[in-house]
Amino acid sequence: MTGDASADDQDKARRFRDAALPHLDDVFTLARYLMRNAADAEDAVQECYLRALRHFDSYRGPAMKPWLLAILRNVCYGEFARRGKQEISSDFSGDEPAAEALPMWQEPQASPETALLREQESATIRRLIGELPQQFREAIVLREINDLSYQEIAEVSGVPVGTVMSRLARARAMLRSAWDAAESSTAGTTP
Amino acid sequence: MNCTECEILLHALIDGELDAGHAREIEAHAVTCAGCGEKLQAFRAMRQAMAGASLKEKAPANLRMRIDAALPAPSAQIVAPRKFFQPSRRSFFGGFAVGTALSAAVAASLVLTVLRGDQEATIADEVLSAHIRSLQAGHLMDVETSDQHTVKPWFNGKLDVAPPVIDLTAEGFTLLGGRLDYIDGEPVASVVYQRRKHIINLFVAQRLGAAHATVNDRTIQGYNVRHWSEQGLDFWAVSDLAGDELDEFVQKISAALHPNPS
Repeated sequence: MTGDASADDQDKARRFRDAALPHLDDVFTLARYLMRNAADAEDAVQECYLRALRHFDSYRGPAMKPWLLAILRNVCYGEFARRGKQEISSDFSGDEPAAEALPMWQEPQASPETALLREQESATIRRLIGELPQQFREAIVLREINDLSYQEIAEVSGVPVGTVMSRLARARAMLRSAWDAAESSTAGTTP
Repeated sequence: MNCTECEILLHALIDGELDAGHAREIEAHAVTCAGCGEKLQAFRAMRQAMAGASLKEKAPANLRMRIDAALPAPSAQIVAPRKFFQPSRRSFFGGFAVGTALSAAVAASLVLTVLRGDQEATIADEVLSAHIRSLQAGHLMDVETSDQHTVKPWFNGKLDVAPPVIDLTAEGFTLLGGRLDYIDGEPVASVVYQRRKHIINLFVAQRLGAAHATVNDRTIQGYNVRHWSEQGLDFWAVSDLAGDELDEFVQKISAALHPNPS
């Protein structure tokens, strides 16, 4: 099957693995937040890696991570276009443990309770990010979770740096009010 | 500087994207303008809370394998069969360590097919699964503290051994806490360390695989795994840390278990 692959192809495949596979978690994370559904995210990531391998010859750097994330984003947007307006089901809210009144900003303490609080808080943040409109969700994930610079985000999303900045400002403002709302609603429903 | 500009630029400030001149302007404005000052503080706190939360997803192991299987396997067809029939497992792993043509996943599948039924390999797989599981959101620690005198007694009554808990913070490996895990159907202690952004799980149990007086190393799915036996205990260290840094970690733990006799 691959036995007759030339030495060049083998060398290319090896270089591709070494360069691209370490970023799998980052690529999967963006896919998870864009597709909002684990099964669709996995398909998108696999397609992304196959496309990336096909275009690896034209890859000139500098950074592999934004290059892969840009391909992943194209795969996801292609999928959105294919499905038209059809809503993709989200399974983000399924991760969330039973809601209790949680202080959102927790001082670090050393106890198992802290770990539980942190887990619940993480689930809440994941859900709130998942509920942001797409372009703002994309900006915040690329910045806060994938840890890209503004320039890199601009390249991935195909917009000027100024647009990245204003999207991030909007995204954070929306996230903050959703966060405040989540905090006061959990506080309100607890007897 | 007016408030409209400030509302956008303060994000560049907290993201570290602003030049020094503008950064000073924003900070000066935030001191005099209560509204912008409050926003700057709130967004900073939010950013910090997000940094402390576990928001990154871990790619499922089966996805990793699917992708790996879909990529052309470099030289695997040529190298694998020859390694396959080496009589000694020791030399098999020797080839494994230096065989750069063997990708981690091809290697992992070889471990599965060649050594299926071999207890050591089965446990190595379970140890890796436990490590990967622990990295998924919120599963890393049951007791979370950098104080070794809190972690050690926490294991009392949960295990029939007292795992050594060694603080290596001064040597660049931060003690994060401890966790009770299950490997091979038995409860084992995991002591969790961190170097930079890399998590190390150190699994400790009375008997976990074949006894190895010297450190046995392997790489599975890109993770480095070290196994050795000491003082009647089995130790397994797993991390995505580079091999030489994980070796350094193993040496430090081992050295701490043997205080200088002087």
